[in-house]
Amino acid sequence: MPSIAVENIIKKYGSKKEPVTALDDVSLEVSKGELFGVIGPDGAGKTSLFRILTTLLLADSGTATVDGFDVVKQYKEIRNRIGYMPGKFSLYQDLTVEENLRFFATIFNTSIQENYELIKEIYVQIEPFKDRRAGKLSGGMKQKLALCCALIHRPSVLFLDEPTTGVDAVSRKEFWEMLKALKQQGISILVSTPYMDEAELCDRVALIQSGKIMSIDMPQHIIQKFTKTMWSVRSAEMVRLLNDLQHYSNTEKCYAFGEFHHLVLKNESGGKDEILQYLQHLAHHEIELHLAQPNIEDCFIELMGNNKS
Amino acid sequence: MKQFIIFVRKEFYHIFRDRKSLLIIIMMPVVQIILFGFALTNEIKDSNIAILDNSKDVATAEIIHRLDASRYFSVARNLNTQKDIETAFKTGKIRLVVVFQPGFQQTLLHTNHAQVQLIADATDPNTATTVTNYATNIIRDYQNDLNVLVATPYMIAPQIRMLYNPQLKGAYNFVPGVMAMILIIISAMMTSVSIVREKEINTMEVLLVSPLKPLLFILSKAIPYMFLSLVNVSTILIVSVTLLEVPINGSLLLLMLEALLFITTAVSLGLMISNVTASQQTAQMISLLGLMLPTLLLGGFMFPIESMPKPLQFMSNLVPSKWFFIIVKNVMIKGLGFKMIWKETLILLGMTLFFLSISLSKFKTRLA
Repeated sequence: MPSIAVENIIKKYGSKKEPVTALDDVSLEVSKGELFGVIGPDGAGKTSLFRILTTLLLADSGTATVDGFDVVKQYKEIRNRIGYMPGKFSLYQDLTVEENLRFFATIFNTSIQENYELIKEIYVQIEPFKDRRAGKLSGGMKQKLALCCALIHRPSVLFLDEPTTGVDAVSRKEFWEMLKALKQQGISILVSTPYMDEAELCDRVALIQSGKIMSIDMPQHIIQKFTKTMWSVRSAEMVRLLNDLQHYSNTEKCYAFGEFHHLVLKNESGGKDEILQYLQHLAHHEIELHLAQPNIEDCFIELMGNNKS
Repeated sequence: MKQFIIFVRKEFYHIFRDRKSLLIIIMMPVVQIILFGFALTNEIKDSNIAILDNSKDVATAEIIHRLDASRYFSVARNLNTQKDIETAFKTGKIRLVVVFQPGFQQTLLHTNHAQVQLIADATDPNTATTVTNYATNIIRDYQNDLNVLVATPYMIAPQIRMLYNPQLKGAYNFVPGVMAMILIIISAMMTSVSIVREKEINTMEVLLVSPLKPLLFILSKAIPYMFLSLVNVSTILIVSVTLLEVPINGSLLLLMLEALLFITTAVSLGLMISNVTASQQTAQMISLLGLMLPTLLLGGFMFPIESMPKPLQFMSNLVPSKWFFIIVKNVMIKGLGFKMIWKETLILLGMTLFFLSISLSKFKTRLA
């Protein structure tokens, strides 16, 4: 039995005349003990999916089960056994760390002592500040505390909606390490994030865009499916470079990617020299050009393009 | 039960750690009572009066003494002729002139009927009415004291009888009014705001996704504010008894129970508001405009309901504060028992059950 099973879920908002489709025929499965990522930009429908699975919203059509329980008919069962950390979850700012944790433990019919083992590794990091008010914690610490609160009743499935948004790079890394450790405990985790680089830390990911799932696979497989050659280009004038490359007749796709521009050609026969020639002709200097290893973000952009056409 | 206790404790943490709001909640009733009781009072004290005593006998001397001794008047001048009256008013300092007919006591003793003329400065008609009323009452007091000793009663002044509030004390009306207003604001606004805050900071989502029962949630939200409101009732009563000298004539227990009923009404209104709002500001605005204004305008303590147009009179029946105002006036001021207020209590109880059942049935176990 899968921990989460979603079948053909459709969710629309707004009036009947002009509905906005948040989820368009979404299906996925998460097996027990899996760390499953839902990757997509803001407005892709991640939060709607989470709210339907946590029994907070009703889908317009389609079915979903969590731990084998139907999200509509058996929502009370589900509420007893899942952990949920909503996006922008800010705890009770005027309660201390310990008070927050104790409150959520009691609300979920348990105590801190009972499941301390599960949260121990995370909690020891914030325990020195247990008498500090949650509002006075740093972003990373708040997320750790929120995670403790979501875990304190030892849920069988954990839902984390954008847990690393607004958290610094170091804390993000730590956070993902904690998730890996939790997976060892047999807890299935569904996590959403707008950061593509975090996709590679999941067992499997679903790439979602405008309510549609574009691909579900292991991150390595998604990257392997990207068979085109990709170039990284840099020059002294980056803005003009991007513009020129996008107007190049042999360019299939070119977009800014950090310090470089990523470039995919329609026809690779000309190779490196052809590009260099074109750029030198346009008086670009300090040109750097090399083959690039595609990552999830490149795949995402590629899939997005396919979806539109 | 554990869930309930920790939830209520959490609410008290919220209340006690927000020092500014707590101070406002505790001090608001005291300030309002004092404002309404002293500053905004329509009571008139220490008015200067003048006397034209054409009789100068024992009876007039006694009446003058009583007027002067009261806290409403002080005798500023003694006039000698009719002409002096106008000059006295022209100074602007005299509010009332008391004129005794010649041979006042003799006429009173022989015919049992004497006249006192009360001339008031009617440029401010309200003050004039009030001042003449005060004087009439004092004179009637004197007359009553005389009549204790004799068989055929003496008549001095026209009979104006003012029930329960012979001194026209303004505070008598304001205490029940302020009580209704404070309780509506504190109970309804605080309850709705505290629930809506959970929605704003997204903790509501987690609470919904927990095994916590909706009824338990609502109860744990309501009880801290009911407690706080009872504290407010007590401060209002203490301030009004000690500072405003408005006594509690009826049963204190009955008064507290009725207050508790009204608090429950207000809390259930707050729950209803929290069901339909998503931001703290909206909840506050609805509580203020939707509850405080009707309480002030249609509750009966600012503007008498009897003198309103019929549609407004009808609407005032829908305002819970009106009924609570009547109850408090009857119990606290008139000293009446439950027999006299059971109708109002029943109306209030019905309203409460109605609001409670709506807010319970409309409570959303999901987000939308």
